[in-house]
Amino acid sequence: MSKKVLVIGEAREGSLRNVTFEAIAAGNIVSDGGEVVGVLCGAGDLNSMAQEMVYHGASRVITVANEELKTYTSDGYGQAIYQVIQDESPEGIIMGHTAIGKDVTPKLASRLESGLVSDATEVVVEDGNIVFTRPIYSGKAFEKKEVTDGLVFATIRPNNIPALTRDDSLAGEVTEKEVEISTIRTIIKDVIKKSSEGVDLSEAKVIVAGGRGVKSSEGFEPLQELADTLNGTVGASRGACDAGYCDYSLQIGQTGKVVTPDLYIACGISGAIQHLAGMSNSKVIVAINKDPEANIFNVADYGIVGDLFDVVPKLIEEVKQMKVNA
Amino acid sequence: MNIFVLLKRTFDTEEKITVANGKIEDDSAEYIINPYDEYAVEEAIKIRDEHGGEVTVVTIGEEDAEKQLRTALAMGADQAVLINTEDDLEEGDQFTTVKILEAFFSDRDVDLILGGNVAIDEASGQVGPRLAERLDMPCVTTITKIEIDGTTVTIDRDVEGDVEKVETSLPLLVTCQQGLNEPRYPSLPGIMKAKKKPLEELELDDLDLEEDDVEAKTKTTEIFLPPEKQAGKVLEGETADQVKELVSLLKTEAKVL
Repeated sequence: MSKKVLVIGEAREGSLRNVTFEAIAAGNIVSDGGEVVGVLCGAGDLNSMAQEMVYHGASRVITVANEELKTYTSDGYGQAIYQVIQDESPEGIIMGHTAIGKDVTPKLASRLESGLVSDATEVVVEDGNIVFTRPIYSGKAFEKKEVTDGLVFATIRPNNIPALTRDDSLAGEVTEKEVEISTIRTIIKDVIKKSSEGVDLSEAKVIVAGGRGVKSSEGFEPLQELADTLNGTVGASRGACDAGYCDYSLQIGQTGKVVTPDLYIACGISGAIQHLAGMSNSKVIVAINKDPEANIFNVADYGIVGDLFDVVPKLIEEVKQMKVNA
Repeated sequence: MNIFVLLKRTFDTEEKITVANGKIEDDSAEYIINPYDEYAVEEAIKIRDEHGGEVTVVTIGEEDAEKQLRTALAMGADQAVLINTEDDLEEGDQFTTVKILEAFFSDRDVDLILGGNVAIDEASGQVGPRLAERLDMPCVTTITKIEIDGTTVTIDRDVEGDVEKVETSLPLLVTCQQGLNEPRYPSLPGIMKAKKKPLEELELDDLDLEEDDVEAKTKTTEIFLPPEKQAGKVLEGETADQVKELVSLLKTEAKVL
C-alpha cells in the first residue's frame, strides 16, 4: 500500500549530510510508490539544500527556517518537526540514525505514541509488509522488525542503504513553513570541536583505527596521516582509549561506536570480541599487527603481519603514489 | 534531591551470541548491569554524596534482575525497584517500557533521572528521551560531565566527537555516555549492606496498568546471525611488497580505493 513518508534531512556546516540522501532512498522504499516529502530545519536560506533533496528523489520539500533552529536543540527541532507532522499527517517518517536523529526521534515517537525502529541497516517490502533489519548486540546478531500499529517511524544507520543516483532533471516543489518555537529548555552555551574534520565515524567511508599497539598518543600521528590520505577518519579500540592514547569519542566497539565503513584498517588492534562487535560488518577489513595469532586476522580480508610503525608509513607512500598515477 | 536511575540487565559484553529456535540463546549467559547504566549509577551516587538526597534504581524485567539491582545497591544506591513483568508481558518494545515507567513516575517527586544512553543488547537508545517527553522534562542525551548548582545544571554532551556545553535546569533527565566517570566496584561492606537495603517489587497491577495499555507498537519477526566472516589473505614477502600488493588488491579486487 502506498504511503506518504516524511524524510527529515540533516545539514552539517552548510551542506546536507549524505545520510539524508540515504534516508530519502529508504523513504522511497517505505512509501511503496507514494509520496516522499523532505523536511529541512535550520536558519537562513535552505533552498539550495532543499533542491538537492529533490535531485536525490524527494517528491517535494518543506523548509522550516527559524533563527531558533540555527543550532540543534531537542526542544526546538522537536517542536518544528512536530508541527510539520501535524500539517502533513504522514504514514511514515524516516531520519538518519545520527546524534540528532537519536536525540529527536524518540521524543517525537513518544509524543505521537508511536513505535520507532532505530538504527535500521536495511528496509524491504515483503508481502506488503515493511520489514526493517537492524543490528542487535552491537552487530553480533540481527533482527527483523515490523511496525504493528500505526506510523512507520524509523532511523537508518549511515552507510548502509544506498542513496538514489542524483538527477538534476528532477523537479519538486519547495515550500516554506512558518513554525512557532516556544521555550527551549536546554541552552547551548558553546561547542568545542574535537573531531579533526567534518566526517563522523559512523558516516566515514574509510576508518583507520589504532589499538594498544599504537603505544602513545603520538603513535596515532601516522594513522591520522593515512586517514587523511584516504579521506577517512581515525578510530580506536577500547584498549587505546583506556590507555589514554586518544579520546573516548573515538572508541569503536560494543561500548563506543558501531561502524560500517567501506574500508577499515585496524592497526595494532588484537581484536577482542567487544571490538569486533563494533566493526566486523565493515565491507573490507585490513589488519596490521605484529602478532600473527591476533584474533583480528580472523575477520580481516587482508592481513599484514608486521610492525605498524614500519607498515603504515609505507602504506601512506604507496597510496600517494597510486593517486599520482591515477 | 530525589535521584532515580533507569537500569537494564544485559548480557556480559564477553558473551558470544547464538540463536536457537529463532531466539537468542540465554541459558548459560552471564549478565551484567548495562555498561552505560553503570555510569548512571556511579554519577547518581556522586551527585547524592555532594548534594544529599536518595538514589533509587529502577528496572523492568524478571525476578533475576534482582542481582543487578543488588549490585547497584552495593555500589551505594539507597533503594531499588523491580517492576516485574514476567507474568504479564510476553513481548514489549520501547513504547511498552516507557508506558510502564511513565506510570511509575506519575506519583513520585523527581529531581533527576539518569539512564544509559543506549543498552548494549537492543541498542535503541529510545527509553530516556521517550520518558522525558512523557514526563515533560528537559532531556540531555550522551552526557560526559554534569554539575548541579541549585536548580541550574551545566552539562558537557558528546555530539559525534565534539563537546556541546549545555545549560538547563532541574527536574531533568540525562543519558550517560562513556567518559562520564569510572564506575566503582562494590566494596565488601557495600555488598553486606546491600542485602538489607529496601528492594520493592511491583507488577503492572500496582501501577494501574493493563496489558493492553502497554501493548508494543513494533514486533520482532526474526533473529539471525550475520554470515560468518571468512578469514582472508595474510600477505607475504617484504613489507614493501606486502604494502604494494595490499594497495593493488584494495584497488582491483576489493574496489574500495
